[in-house]
Amino acid sequence: MCGIVGLYLKNKALESQLGALFTPMLIAMTDRGPDSAGFAIYGDEVPDGSTKLTLRHIDENYDWGSLAGSIKDDLDVTVDWFKNSKVAVFKVGCEAEVIQNYLTEKEADILILSAGQSIEILKEVGLPENIADTFNLVSMKGSHIIGHTRMATESAVTMEGSHPFSTGQDLCLVHNGSLSNHNRLREELKREGVTFQTENDSEVAAGYLTNRLRKGDTLNEALQGALKDLDGFFTFTIGTRDGFAVVRDPIACKPAVMAETDDYVAMASEYQALTTLPGIENAKVWEPEPETIYVWERDQ
Amino acid sequence: MKTIDLQEHTVRDLNQALHDQAGECTIREWEVLEPKGQHNIACGLDQSLAVDIKGHAGYFCAGMNKKAHVTIFGNAGQGVAENMMSGTVRVKGDASQAAGATAHGGLLVIEGNAGARCGISMKGVDIIVKGNVGHMSCFMGQAGSLVVCGDAGDALGDSLYETHIYVKGSVKSLGADCIEKEMREEHIEELTELLNRAGVEEDPTAFKRYGSARQLYNFKVDNASAY
Repeated sequence: MCGIVGLYLKNKALESQLGALFTPMLIAMTDRGPDSAGFAIYGDEVPDGSTKLTLRHIDENYDWGSLAGSIKDDLDVTVDWFKNSKVAVFKVGCEAEVIQNYLTEKEADILILSAGQSIEILKEVGLPENIADTFNLVSMKGSHIIGHTRMATESAVTMEGSHPFSTGQDLCLVHNGSLSNHNRLREELKREGVTFQTENDSEVAAGYLTNRLRKGDTLNEALQGALKDLDGFFTFTIGTRDGFAVVRDPIACKPAVMAETDDYVAMASEYQALTTLPGIENAKVWEPEPETIYVWERDQ
Repeated sequence: MKTIDLQEHTVRDLNQALHDQAGECTIREWEVLEPKGQHNIACGLDQSLAVDIKGHAGYFCAGMNKKAHVTIFGNAGQGVAENMMSGTVRVKGDASQAAGATAHGGLLVIEGNAGARCGISMKGVDIIVKGNVGHMSCFMGQAGSLVVCGDAGDALGDSLYETHIYVKGSVKSLGADCIEKEMREEHIEELTELLNRAGVEEDPTAFKRYGSARQLYNFKVDNASAY
């Protein structure tokens, strides 16, 4: 089943409340996905040439401070970091490839959940309420956020198999549905240089978009391609550094509802997840059409 | 009139109170506040009640309805009025997919748009949609009528039996075995009556009629010996 939710703020004055507005949305989708939950939040950007990473280590007591010291010494760059529950957020003064290659070589047990200038991905096994609590979602700030509550079907209930999935810088995807051609597509994408961390079908969709965007597609073009090349059931919500997109497959059996006011655009699997948003009573509320791409992007 | 606030009472409480009216009716008029997209509101009614739902409803609202008149002052989620037997369900906003699915009777009026599969496997209900309907609407429709004042999506009336379909706007594509048919006097009369019952002002002569070509397997007498 699974539940997906997304909130994109048009009114910058609300950015300090992003986490508070989003927490009840995620929790409202518990019935649709009680196995695990996660979210990707965009905000607190690092400048061009710097990279923000969300990292996890197999050892929960891993010494992140010592890692920060090593990065500083070895790469001769600035490092700023903080810990949020089991996840560490690192801000490093170099390009993403440099630090990603360094971490892959140095520490095989470190999992890079996300990399970019804006994105942070936080996800965990368990009830959405507990996960929101664990990461103190309610106090988080940012411009947009997408989340997922998972009822596992195609792969095991693990932190790694939880959504959102990110396979490229500042890109992430949440998925309600299942894909049937993910194995073949994964092999094709691997040959084109996309790396995958799991056997999950939704990660392949994220990898597909990453590959298209890397080749110069706009988000809209990449999603047009996805409608043609991905076989299966899906409602996707996609986050990029500047934007937020929603798309449903042509059959559209996976639900979605959207709401828009002057202040925000929100999407959810069910309307119940939108009822706590301010001004929802007078919002434009509609069901996104099948095979139609909805994109909102900030001006740079 | 009795008012029930769904932020103070559960949907189960509400439905039980409405079901309790089935034997002896003591309260005819009901108002439901703060539905907030909850599922299964006002399902399984079996009495001539008027139920006003003030807000958006979730899945299967007014499902299995018998005799009651349910009005949703907002949007309805999937399967509104599914398997309705009689009575009226009116949606003031949009309805999601599978509106009126398998319904045997009664009247379903959707004042906004309906999503995919509107009237799927309908068995006698009359559905009037003021806006558009999505793809695969009236799939395997067996009896009753579907009236669409806007446009219809892909594969309208696929594998249709005897449901009458009237569409004023464009039809993106017709499903298997569904064809446009002549609009005769009796159809104008039927459509006029349907629009009147729904309280929708449209010119019946502006509509086109679609129905089954009766060419699929189950219409062939040669296949009768298989049973």
